[in-house]
Amino acid sequence: MTRVRVLAGTRKGAFVLTSDGKREKWDVSGPHFGGWEIYHLKGSPADPGRLYASQSTGWFGQLIQRSDDGGATWNPVGNDFSYVGDPGTHLWYDGTPRPWEFKRIWHLEPSPGDPDTVYAGAEDAGLFKSSDGGATWRELTGLRLQDSAKGWQPGAGGMCLHTIILDPRHSGRMFTAISAAGAFRSDDDGETWRPVNRGLHSDGIPNPDAEVGHCVHHVEMHPSRPQTLFMQKHWDVMRSDDGAESWREVSGNLPTDFGFAIGVHAHEPETIYVVPIKSDGEHYPPEGKLRVYRSRSGGDEWEPLTSGLPQQDCYVNVLRDAMSVDTLDECGIYFGTTGGQVYVSADSGDSWAPIVRDLPAVLSVEAQVLP
Amino acid sequence: MTAVRVVLPGHLRTLARVTGEVRLDVAGPVTQRVVLDALEERFPVLRGTIRDRATGRRRAFIRFYACERDLSNDAPDTALPEPVTAGAEPFLVVGAMAGG
Repeated sequence: MTRVRVLAGTRKGAFVLTSDGKREKWDVSGPHFGGWEIYHLKGSPADPGRLYASQSTGWFGQLIQRSDDGGATWNPVGNDFSYVGDPGTHLWYDGTPRPWEFKRIWHLEPSPGDPDTVYAGAEDAGLFKSSDGGATWRELTGLRLQDSAKGWQPGAGGMCLHTIILDPRHSGRMFTAISAAGAFRSDDDGETWRPVNRGLHSDGIPNPDAEVGHCVHHVEMHPSRPQTLFMQKHWDVMRSDDGAESWREVSGNLPTDFGFAIGVHAHEPETIYVVPIKSDGEHYPPEGKLRVYRSRSGGDEWEPLTSGLPQQDCYVNVLRDAMSVDTLDECGIYFGTTGGQVYVSADSGDSWAPIVRDLPAVLSVEAQVLP
Repeated sequence: MTAVRVVLPGHLRTLARVTGEVRLDVAGPVTQRVVLDALEERFPVLRGTIRDRATGRRRAFIRFYACERDLSNDAPDTALPEPVTAGAEPFLVVGAMAGG
């Protein structure tokens, strides 16, 4: 019988939530790595039992954990994320040069075809790859060594590489996104990179249309249409239909176009989801109403989804990696909040219910369908 | 060969899969560096959790205590107090009291 596994990373540990295809009753396992920040955990599309987790704290630094049995047991693997050579400098908040310094892994992206191959996005911004199940990591230096990198500056949350997309149709093509530098594309398996931010407009930087410097919060792609990308920027929801060569705004009638998370329906490539957040200074939903907005037209026209979600006195945030979809026939949508709730909709967003209500602040949510 | 006693904070005991004190046999002058090298040799999972991977320096929120003294800022090659080298007192690796 088909089962669904939802991996939730939180400020104080990881939780594994499982259900059958109805997605009504859930088993909760955790906390795994209690007390540690789990920025992200994700399963291998090639082997549903293979999971990777990023585990860190300010006290003890970074570890990577691997499970080969779907999260029942875990083992630490390699944690040597060394920048290659002289790491050079980027710009600090005050505009002075600052040496690259590893802080943590924000995002893990397993290869779709090989469970032992996985990419890791770091703060300070860098891209690492493992081909041995996480035992060793190699920096793909082409991203950090390109010309624009000396001018990158951190966003408020740090200078993090938080999005990694592996194009399933174009061999060797990858996308990454960095706060607050922008989106980047490689066409040679990550060896060389270039900024792809044409069309982004950010009023908070000296040149609003600059090649880099944009605070991209998250990017998603539907695997059937890899030329189309959807982006939640600091402000503005954007889309590209030419592999990120250019972007146009699709915020349309959203009540606010600030936000962090964005998702794409598993079977409808033009159906997308965002959670509008009031502003960059007020990281909670407008009017205290937690609303997911859905567009069935790839943007511009949005409808609020409220059934089952709190519509008063709700002041949580939904972070950039805290939304996911499953691939069941009736697509499931999931998101987690900084208030510790993980919500599920088993009907493409029409109605919602909490899976759990009282976890630590949720940093990431990833859904897997199990055979 | 000297048997040095090391006390780890709870999270690191969990990672190392030990309970209680760790006993390390070390040779030669007993220094902070020698003890930590031996600790990481026996428990590779602890590499990077006490000393920064890139710089080799003590992580900011880690402290080293022994014999009711704070040894955190001693040079890594300074000899540890005699009661530690004799195994009478433990070398304490402590997670600093700070938030969280």
